[in-house]
Amino acid sequence: MELFIAQNIKKQYANHLALNKVSISVNKQRIFGLLGPNGAGKTTLIRIINQITAPDDGKLFFAGERLIPKHTAEIGYLPEERGLYKKMKVGEQALYLAQLKGLSRHEALIRLKKWFERMDIQAWWDKKVEELSKGMQQKVQFIITVIHEPQLLIFDEPFSGFDPINVNILKEEILQLRDKGATIIFSTHNMSSVEELCDDIALIDKAEKILDGGVKDIKQQYKDNIYEVLCNSMNDEINDVLKPGYRMIEKAEEGSLTRLKIKVPPHTHSNELLQNLIQYVEIHEYRELLPSMNDIFIRKVNEASGNESMNQIANNL
Amino acid sequence: MNKISLIIQREYLTRVKKKSFIVMTILGPVLMAALFIVPVYLAQMGGEVKTIQVVDETGMFSHRFENTKELIFKPLDLDIEQAKAIFPNSGDDALLYIPITELSVPSSAFLYFDKQPTMIIKSHINSSMRREVESLKLAASGIDPDIMRSIKSSVNLVTIKLHEGGKEEKKFSEVATILGFVSAILIYMFVFMFGSQVMRGVIEEKTSRIVEVIVSSVKPFQLMMGKIVGIGLVGLTQFLLWVVLTLMIVVGFQTAFPEKFRASETENKMISNTRITDANQSIEETLQIDESVMAQVAEGIRSINFSAIIFSFLFYFLGGYLLYAALFAAIGGAVDNETDSQQFMLPITIPLIIALVMAQYVINEPNGPISFWLSIIPLTSPVIMMIRIPFGVPYFDLGLSVVLLILGFLGTTWLAAKIYRTGILMYGKKVDYAELWKWLRYKG
Repeated sequence: MELFIAQNIKKQYANHLALNKVSISVNKQRIFGLLGPNGAGKTTLIRIINQITAPDDGKLFFAGERLIPKHTAEIGYLPEERGLYKKMKVGEQALYLAQLKGLSRHEALIRLKKWFERMDIQAWWDKKVEELSKGMQQKVQFIITVIHEPQLLIFDEPFSGFDPINVNILKEEILQLRDKGATIIFSTHNMSSVEELCDDIALIDKAEKILDGGVKDIKQQYKDNIYEVLCNSMNDEINDVLKPGYRMIEKAEEGSLTRLKIKVPPHTHSNELLQNLIQYVEIHEYRELLPSMNDIFIRKVNEASGNESMNQIANNL
Repeated sequence: MNKISLIIQREYLTRVKKKSFIVMTILGPVLMAALFIVPVYLAQMGGEVKTIQVVDETGMFSHRFENTKELIFKPLDLDIEQAKAIFPNSGDDALLYIPITELSVPSSAFLYFDKQPTMIIKSHINSSMRREVESLKLAASGIDPDIMRSIKSSVNLVTIKLHEGGKEEKKFSEVATILGFVSAILIYMFVFMFGSQVMRGVIEEKTSRIVEVIVSSVKPFQLMMGKIVGIGLVGLTQFLLWVVLTLMIVVGFQTAFPEKFRASETENKMISNTRITDANQSIEETLQIDESVMAQVAEGIRSINFSAIIFSFLFYFLGGYLLYAALFAAIGGAVDNETDSQQFMLPITIPLIIALVMAQYVINEPNGPISFWLSIIPLTSPVIMMIRIPFGVPYFDLGLSVVLLILGFLGTTWLAAKIYRTGILMYGKKVDYAELWKWLRYKG
């Protein structure tokens, strides 16, 4: 079931088209990755979802209703450009921002105390933000994003600027939030984080959506039918014993064993290759190689815009 | 609405709790009270007794000098050379020498001194001698000084405004001038001080990157208005505290040291300048100042419709602030740091400065065409109208000015909101006027 739907969203800035008829639908209790190179229009779409800017055209639905200002209380947003009032005390500030999201002061206080304890930063309550380390500030920002227990959480480049320890804490927390019922939109150009976390994705490039769907489905769709095999070394040339149409594309010696990559025709059952190989070698490992999201991302963006922008994307990555 | 009040609360409380606010709130009244008290106090300090030796060759003046609390005249029976020889060791302060001249009535004198004598001493000697010379001359020409005194008169021009239906109203332009000018300056200061605080507040939110977190909960317009109103309330608080504290200090000082304020003869003029508004007391204490003038000032003060002035002061005070604060907020939204704000500050500083420069002209001609236009154009009206009001302004002008100021405030707010909501989300972009014009045309 969809928690959030955007239909044909269009947004034009002076002489720059930021979004051109982009539609996405975000399923409930899933982690949705909004992917694309820098400047593709991700942040614009996110600002539209947060009702910070209005689209020129298109419809937005939240939990079956048209998106209206009251829904801001149901959305938590961690922007890419994020910060806190430097001179304000941490606790006071968290309380203020929680109240702006519609919590009562009393409720906000109870929840904040719980979160501060959980993140082990109670001692910072009366400190000014400028006295905090970057990592501590990021924890506070995360708490502020989730404090009102929104149905939809939006993280824009959440890991940029986080140190590795905090990235792990953050990932754990995000997964837990999903398991407790939250739906998460995740905007990034960092593909490796997508594979572990996202259930679904939409790929946006140059203001257009060029791909969307479940991560597993997309990987199946874009797979190259390559299998990796770890087997004992053999004297015969492997290509000679393979069935017609099968082709070894890579071979590496690992001690007394050999690691092979074999490409098969589309729609070949994995057991067929296995049966073929079993006759000649002893198999230690056997698995299908699926393309990484990064490969798919680059291929799709490349398809969409030709080689010219390839370099640019490579730079962005 | 609840969110706006949260924002107002935060803006207000964080500023009021700041050390700089508390320091300014205390320092302001101390400085202002000092303005009232120090001149009085200084006059007292200078009040040590001075002794002046007098060598009067004519014999006409020496007994004419009246001793006062601070001045003692000591006639000497020496000739001038001897007196000069003794003077340096005498410990007295000055030596007055009135030589005998060919003329029947001498008209010049020399004052030898060790330390430069004060203006008060000089003018006291001068007026004592002049009075004597005058009466001598009158006597010489056969005119009775008493007759002369009755002829000498000061003309007292009472200005009366004649209303339709024959109702008369006395006008006192001196009081009106001071009142108008003081209110105008206060409004000018208030707009600048707190307007630029709005700008700095917006820039702070932008540079600390908190603004996007906030606008995901509230509309940019709410954030902007919350800030403007919150800081406006800080300004009002500070202003009211200043008025109350200044009055407390001045009154407290007067009660604690009443003798300091009972002016002696020579100080009268000085004090009455600083206390022209304190009419009742001044009348009692003033001996030299013509009583009818004082009565006029008192009447002048009574004739001014204070409730109307206070009401319009508050209106223009707030209206002017709101109008400019919106513009300041827009600038804050458009730039990344305070140095970049200079180019945009100019167009909103100029009208205010023009208003202040034209103040003198408006005082001279409160109902001239320039005064009329400046007092209805919203950018200058908060300053200029406050100068005009004590002189009496036609209801039409006032109504037009009020309506235009409200419209102007709504207009600048609408304009500012458009620039603001785009600007706060633009980082690291050098903005020029062409860019601002584009922002104005973006859809929500």
